[in-house]
Amino acid sequence: MRIKWVECAALSVMAALSVMTGGGSWFLALALGVTLLKCLLIPTYHSTDFEVHRNWLAITHSLPISQWYYEATSEWTLDYPPFFAWFEYALSHVAKYFDQEMLNVHNLNYSSSRTLLFQRFSVIFTDALFVYAVHECCKCVDGKKACKELTEKPKFILSVLLLWNFGLLIVDHIHFQYNGFLFGLMLLSIARLFQKRHMEGAFLFAVLLHFKHIYLYVAPAYGIYLLRSYCFTANKPDGSIRWNSFSFVRLISLGLTVFLVSALSLGPFLALNQLPQVFSRLFPFKRGLCHAYWAPNFWAVYNALDKVLSVIGLNDKWFGSAVPTHSPSLGDSLGHPHLHPDCHIGPRGFLRCLILCALSSFMFGWHVHEKAILLAILPMSLLSVGKAGDASIFLILSTTGHYSLFPLLFTAPELPIKILLMLLFTIYSISSLKTLFRKEKPLFNWMETFYLLGLGPLEVFCEFVFPFTSWKLKYPFIPLLLTSVYCAVGITYAWFKLYVSVFTDPPVGKTKKQ
Amino acid sequence: MFGDYEAQRHWQEITFNLPIKQWYFNSSDNNLQYWGLDYPPLTAYHSLLCAYVAQFINPDWIALHSSRGYESQAHKLFMRATVLIADLLIYIPAVVLHCCCLKEISTKKKIANALCILLYPGLILIDYGHFQIMYNSVSLGLALWGVLGVSCDWDLLGSLAFCLAVNYKQMELYHSLPFFCFLLGKCFKKGLKGKGFVLFVKLAGTVVASFTLCWLPFFTERAQALQVLRRLFPVDRGLFEDKVANIWCSVSVFLKIKDILPHHVQIIVSFCLTLLSLLPACVKLTLQPSPKGFRFTLVSCALSFFLFSFQVHEKSILLVSLPVCLVLSEIPFMSTWFLLVSTFSMLPLLLKDDLLMPSVVTTMAFFIACATSFSIFEKTSEEELRLKSFSVSVRKHLPRFTFLPRIIQHLFIISVITMVLLTLMTVTLDPPQKLPDLFSVLVSSVSCLNFLFFLVYFNIIVMWDSKDGRNQKKIH
Repeated sequence: MRIKWVECAALSVMAALSVMTGGGSWFLALALGVTLLKCLLIPTYHSTDFEVHRNWLAITHSLPISQWYYEATSEWTLDYPPFFAWFEYALSHVAKYFDQEMLNVHNLNYSSSRTLLFQRFSVIFTDALFVYAVHECCKCVDGKKACKELTEKPKFILSVLLLWNFGLLIVDHIHFQYNGFLFGLMLLSIARLFQKRHMEGAFLFAVLLHFKHIYLYVAPAYGIYLLRSYCFTANKPDGSIRWNSFSFVRLISLGLTVFLVSALSLGPFLALNQLPQVFSRLFPFKRGLCHAYWAPNFWAVYNALDKVLSVIGLNDKWFGSAVPTHSPSLGDSLGHPHLHPDCHIGPRGFLRCLILCALSSFMFGWHVHEKAILLAILPMSLLSVGKAGDASIFLILSTTGHYSLFPLLFTAPELPIKILLMLLFTIYSISSLKTLFRKEKPLFNWMETFYLLGLGPLEVFCEFVFPFTSWKLKYPFIPLLLTSVYCAVGITYAWFKLYVSVFTDPPVGKTKKQ
Repeated sequence: MFGDYEAQRHWQEITFNLPIKQWYFNSSDNNLQYWGLDYPPLTAYHSLLCAYVAQFINPDWIALHSSRGYESQAHKLFMRATVLIADLLIYIPAVVLHCCCLKEISTKKKIANALCILLYPGLILIDYGHFQIMYNSVSLGLALWGVLGVSCDWDLLGSLAFCLAVNYKQMELYHSLPFFCFLLGKCFKKGLKGKGFVLFVKLAGTVVASFTLCWLPFFTERAQALQVLRRLFPVDRGLFEDKVANIWCSVSVFLKIKDILPHHVQIIVSFCLTLLSLLPACVKLTLQPSPKGFRFTLVSCALSFFLFSFQVHEKSILLVSLPVCLVLSEIPFMSTWFLLVSTFSMLPLLLKDDLLMPSVVTTMAFFIACATSFSIFEKTSEEELRLKSFSVSVRKHLPRFTFLPRIIQHLFIISVITMVLLTLMTVTLDPPQKLPDLFSVLVSSVSCLNFLFFLVYFNIIVMWDSKDGRNQKKIH
């Protein structure tokens, strides 16, 4: 009976909201619509991440803080920063009303229907922060072209691209993760920087870092931008730095904010002398260059080449051994294009550099998970409704990025869902951006069109043809290999185009007022 | 426990493994008590086609006798895929074409209209729900093609499509009278001697030909045809089964009709009442055939059949919902209200299949889609409810009759609140021991009251409609 009460309560709240949308607020209608879709996805397949989070609920609820980063009954040990642990702790206090058993550390792989319901609803509920962040981002997108038609306004398109983002939907609400509210924090901090509320933006990003340290990839962009645009309070008329306008006060206040947040997060563990253990959990360098499934980055191409060459018979031993030890620094150096001063003119330049950092880290990083592509896709949506060039890069990046997430959902019942949602999102994004930029040159050249269309036959081959062939037993990894390499081509191409656009596009804002 | 899912799988088994002559007969291989075939031959042929595909993928799914109760993830995917493919080939193109042919509205509104129709919760839940696999979309889609054909003056194709629909599910006969009256009216208009007569003969020929084609294997022996008919129209069963939002079921709460009247009298009474309630609209349609009148008459006839007819199943409300979806663009407020009530009337069935969450979610999605696409709460004036000419006629006798829209708005609010409350009660509370069926009876009675109101409303629109339509066109 209790489940039904909760269901009824949640659905009554949504019903009340839906009556309000009858009054015509399109944003609320979009948010509610996607929430309803998320409710429908509750009974779908979930990955081991479900057990991971259940385990963390159990750890934070049943054990004292000193044990959190030492507990290892389950293989899914706590490997996110302390704020996330506190978040799970807060959730566990609600969880105990659903099912007390899930909070037992020894109940490995416990997944009763109430547990499922609680976990799924917690993701849906925390997405409220993401919705708010999208709302703030829409305020930063100006509709220069006076469009009377609602569906052609950049705000509307951006809302759909963010709220109904296919990658976020399947990773969060099927595969099961808590990326929604984390990306909400990131988008909110970006929005604050656009709105010139730098301190808030810095604070929000510092908080975000202590929720999930993967966002360290984009920390340099924040650092350099805040230094450039906030600490140096004025520009010369041509836009370059006025060195004598440096404000120590601002620098110190930024540093203090970051320091205080870190103190709040890591302080207790510093007091317990557990910092080395915490860091070893957060940065497990022993794991290896590539994940179980290869993220479609540079290393995937490298690995594929290696494999092909070894199958042919040319064993390039020297090729394989030299690279891994140097890769973190390789990733770092290639991922930091912010040395060019022009790329920091204004918040748009910052956003471009953020995306480039995220994408470069994805391309060359250590033990990258394919879900990290979302780190580049979501901020890119903000740029895509601004310029036609960015729109075309976004479309290539998002389509190939989203397709590369397909192997995450490998079960049969999810096949129609993922294909349908992917088609809907891709068709909508392409058609709406084409309509928005119809007065400029076409978004894709023939090569790009051909590449994107090639995703269709690839999917048909991997999911429908290959399982019935004889190669399935001999070379079962072929679909993954093909998907990974094909998407790596697209993502590399998008990365390259973005890189070029940072350095060749005229710096925005030299003549405009900031 | 198994439900319609197992029925469909069983029919694939029967049609694949047994010769045609044994499909409808009771035999050692074909136990009619265990989900016997009780739809017309076209359903059987469709099952046969699906069975061939199943044989190619995994013969275990349709092995005779040994595959009873078979359920696996792959099989579920296969069955759902067959429904989806049937949907994509028949129902969805019909809806899209219907919305494209709508006049006097912008492209965006057409797309919104198509979206709202496709989001109708009833059809989605019944066809794709947990243990339901019904292929309603095939028969409704064929009927929709029929409506389209006949409205666009492609009478032969339209009647062919409708005959196929009737041969797929016999419940489509609910729609047959309006089709007949509309086409008859067209023949009359063209003149009984000359073009009208030619059209009449052509239509009769098309109908006879399509029926013959479908029933050909069963015409070899008289016993065959009779047995099929007996399976399709089980007149031995009784006035109603279970709790359905029907007049008979609601009246039997107070007056046990099943016990009072003998069997054949029940049939006659239901037949007469049905005929009486749909006669005015059909006569009007014959005398003044128009596509708009046709659609409204479809609604009122189907609703009359649903309320007064024999052996009505809860799912038959879909036959009324389809024509209402067609008039969604003309009276959005009332249509949305009706479609919400129709989904609500199926609540006991949906709860039995554990579909509470999907049904509430799809209902809300549908409501949001309609509310934002049509701004239904602003369109509640007399003119927009198509009640202008009726109110004008009434005002000739009662000058103060101006409060009709307000009454309707209040009724809407009361109806929605009642539905929400009943849903909450059914889901959270246990019924008292003495009245175990309390909530299903309440749901069906409330829905029945709503449907009676809609019957009156749609009949009013049909009877007072034609002058209204012409005047509106002049204003625009």
